[in-house]
Amino acid sequence: MQQAKNLLEAQDLTKIFEIRKGFSSKAFHAVDKANFSLASNTPEIFSIAGESGSGKSTLAKMILGMESSSLGKLSYKGRLIDSLSNREKRAWFFSEVQPVFQDPFAAFSPLKRIDHYLYETAANYKVVKRSEADDYINAVLNEVGLSLAEVKGRYPNELSGGQAQRVAIARALLTKPSLIVADEPVSMLDASLRMSIVNMFRKLKEENGVTIIYITHDLATAYYSADRIAIMLRGWIVEMGPVEKVLGEPLHPYTQNLKDSIPQADPDKSWDKSANLAEMEADEYTRKGCRFAGRCPAVMDKCRQQEPPNVQHLGRAVKCFLYETTN
Amino acid sequence: MVDTIVKAEALKAYYITKAYGVERTVKAVDDISIEIKTGEVYGLAGESGCGKSTLLKVLLGDFQPPLTVVEGSVSYQFEGMSKDATKLSEQDKRDIRWNKVSYIPQGSMHVLNPVRRIQDTFHDFITTHKGTTKPQSFEMTQAYLRDLGLPEKVMRSYPHQLSGGMKQRVTIALATILYPKLIFADEPTTALDVVVQRGVIQLLKDIQKKENSTVVLITHDLGVHANLADRIGILYAGKLVEEASTRTILKTPKHPYTQFLINSLPSFDERSAKEGIPGRPPALDHPPSGCRFHPRCPLAIEKCSTVEPPMLELAPGHRAACHLLTDEVNHAAG
Repeated sequence: MQQAKNLLEAQDLTKIFEIRKGFSSKAFHAVDKANFSLASNTPEIFSIAGESGSGKSTLAKMILGMESSSLGKLSYKGRLIDSLSNREKRAWFFSEVQPVFQDPFAAFSPLKRIDHYLYETAANYKVVKRSEADDYINAVLNEVGLSLAEVKGRYPNELSGGQAQRVAIARALLTKPSLIVADEPVSMLDASLRMSIVNMFRKLKEENGVTIIYITHDLATAYYSADRIAIMLRGWIVEMGPVEKVLGEPLHPYTQNLKDSIPQADPDKSWDKSANLAEMEADEYTRKGCRFAGRCPAVMDKCRQQEPPNVQHLGRAVKCFLYETTN
Repeated sequence: MVDTIVKAEALKAYYITKAYGVERTVKAVDDISIEIKTGEVYGLAGESGCGKSTLLKVLLGDFQPPLTVVEGSVSYQFEGMSKDATKLSEQDKRDIRWNKVSYIPQGSMHVLNPVRRIQDTFHDFITTHKGTTKPQSFEMTQAYLRDLGLPEKVMRSYPHQLSGGMKQRVTIALATILYPKLIFADEPTTALDVVVQRGVIQLLKDIQKKENSTVVLITHDLGVHANLADRIGILYAGKLVEEASTRTILKTPKHPYTQFLINSLPSFDERSAKEGIPGRPPALDHPPSGCRFHPRCPLAIEKCSTVEPPMLELAPGHRAACHLLTDEVNHAAG
């Protein structure tokens, strides 16, 4: 296998779902022409942020090989993910790319002891001999701040949310993946526990060289942990670039809206104006022109007619008419 | 003069279970006294498992064994009427609930019946309390939704057709349609995304302003409290550790636990490494002796592990329970 330059590369990646209503059906682009790449030589935390229903999870599923793409290309280490056979996926791809999901209590069966998952994953991917499994699993658990003694024989309900999520991350790390796709890993956790999980991601990136795709709607933790961020709106990536630029000084009106909506624990920074909320997701997805036009404070006539262009502006990519002329 | 609407005095509520002769007592609410005034938004904050939801259940008077109120009382005072919430008769409960005291439960978007239209759920709710006919209920619902700025087409929708945020807002509308004086909200915005969360918070704020109702709000997100609450009480392991106005809590927290909570929040001003709170909340069946925070507290002194800190009045309206603050209070007094 030749060494590819990019760990993960998406070119015009699109996923189309159909909404059926009686006999008619409507195409619905859950992910629409996404372009991005993650370099293989420098591990990074790449954050994908946006509201619920903006296509973040669909994108994650495609990267994990759980959904096929409708159009465009998505390749991992130079291989198209869609073209991998099930056998190749099991033998190679799944051990390279591992998921961490939102709700750790939903990810583990309440009827099974939680260490079962660790042993099973270790056995399925043949990472260690059975006799060495205990030591190996203990070492991996140590990396997430737990030990085998703490989790052995325990059921998921005996662990706190933060601990269960750590076990989920340890399970993902067992196969020594190059890429972890974490879909909303902290949204079920307390604010105080979020930091410990996010700190762990930083540590994994720096010490183990794992690239992490961190999907979240919590921009504060994204800003804290990520290197680059892509903001998604109804299937489009509307702004993408280094996190200090995109969140430090957001350009797209939607990114600004997202950032303004974060409640700050500071009485001097409470909201004064009200936000516009989307009514129906499907309406925005199938809208002509810019999908944010219905809520945008800076909306122009052409926004309702044509799709906005992708422009490079101030060190990031942004999809908005406002910055078109400056290019 | 602002009147008190709910007053809890030395409230102790334990989960007492007895299985195979082994008695286990979980002290989820242990000696908490709070006073909530008419027209204010009172926030309760703390980590998971510190007794926030249990306290709310007791304040609401909605608890069944194994949860038992061991000591203390909760009194409601509205319109010259005074009732002990822990000893309500069935008839009283029926009169008070939703009419005067309302409750927005955790994950409340799941309370909507999936096979009925929203308007029918509203009708059920209104007719039980007001004895209205269907058209009357629909009219009330329509007027109320219009008031709140929610689209009227949700009335004819089924719950699955609405987004999570819209369902949450509909449930809040449902809980407040009878104009209750007192609203309890348990994590109304958890698991919603930031934009939707903002909408939900604004809706609650609008309702509160319009009716001058009293809101008791639970969330672990101090950012939400900063935007909504007038006063905040910080709970730790079944104890109230600090209580003050929102500004005081966020700007000059005194209790080490409160300081931890606030410092663990990421902010947009800096990206320096931040630590979560070390350790985790204690199990409440065998809470630590003395101050319950002492095993995790970096400032703990010897006294902390043996003597329980008393609640100290640091300034008018600012209370905290910590041994380290004793000197400060004595200084101020002397």
